Amino acid sequence: MIWWAVLGGGVGCYLLKLAGLSVPESVLARPWVARVVDLIPVALLAALVSVQVLSAPDPDGGQRLVLDARVAGLGTAVVLLVLRAPFLVVVVGAAAVAALLRAL
Amino acid sequence: MTARADRRGVVRDSLGVGVATGLYGVSFGAVAVGSGLSVAQTCALSLLMFTGASQFALAGVVGAGGAPLAGMATALLLGARNTLYGLRMAPLLGWRGWRRAAAAHVLIDESTAMAVNRPGRDLARVGFLTTGISILVLWNAFTLLGALAGEAIGDPRDYGLDAAVGAAFLALLWPRLREPGHARVALLAAALAALAVPFTPAGLPVLLAGGVAILVGALLAGRSHAPPPEVAP
Repeated sequence: MIWWAVLGGGVGCYLLKLAGLSVPESVLARPWVARVVDLIPVALLAALVSVQVLSAPDPDGGQRLVLDARVAGLGTAVVLLVLRAPFLVVVVGAAAVAALLRAL
Repeated sequence: MTARADRRGVVRDSLGVGVATGLYGVSFGAVAVGSGLSVAQTCALSLLMFTGASQFALAGVVGAGGAPLAGMATALLLGARNTLYGLRMAPLLGWRGWRRAAAAHVLIDESTAMAVNRPGRDLARVGFLTTGISILVLWNAFTLLGALAGEAIGDPRDYGLDAAVGAAFLALLWPRLREPGHARVALLAAALAALAVPFTPAGLPVLLAGGVAILVGALLAGRSHAPPPEVAP
């Protein structure tokens, strides 16, 4: 199942790029299309942050909300981003703080 | 400045962005393997999908226990922004046939950013190709490195790799928050996704919350960005 998602997602993402280079500009250049496409990464990335940091598998099979070391990791990321640290420093810093809290 | 010096400057800047971006392929490799993807699946994503946010999304949804197809849907939605980049780049690059088909693969955030403001087609192509190809090579090499390292270290949670995923999403989101209205949409999406977590299967909260926040954001922006009344010349 994961392979299908990897291959389908890979081919699909390539076709999305190719479409942009091939489709006449007038087809997609309507203001509302531009607005929606502009907001897609903002909304999806924000939702991904929240789910990634707050959700955990439930014993009965579903998902539930938990507060654990990941929240501290995200807080570290915020501080590093405000300080304009580069991407890798932000990611490694968040991981290090979470790992440290768990090791204590 | 001479034309040759111009080209050299563009190549130097593009390589700088290429190296910085390519290096963080190591974090994708480690995170994807920690999320339960095999080394081969992780490398296939970097080779075929080759657009960072979508790759992190697919791995993130699968890692959180979501259906792989929900991960794929999230990845495709995130990949849609590359279509808009293509619309802007097509007249600037002016490629057709196999050149266009090949260029499409390296049409990403960074290659667009390093080409879009160049004066003239020649410098735009130099910026686009230098950035795109250097990232393609380094991103894939460092993905493999990260995946092998991730596989070797055992439980990814001991190293905080699960916290690294959220930090990676936030770092990708951060530069976009400065634009008007974006922070509002981001907060709405994050809150809705958290609310949906206990009530929906894994993978769905992201799509649900993302969809609602995009609709609300587009409607609000549509009202505030109504075209100004025409002024007689």
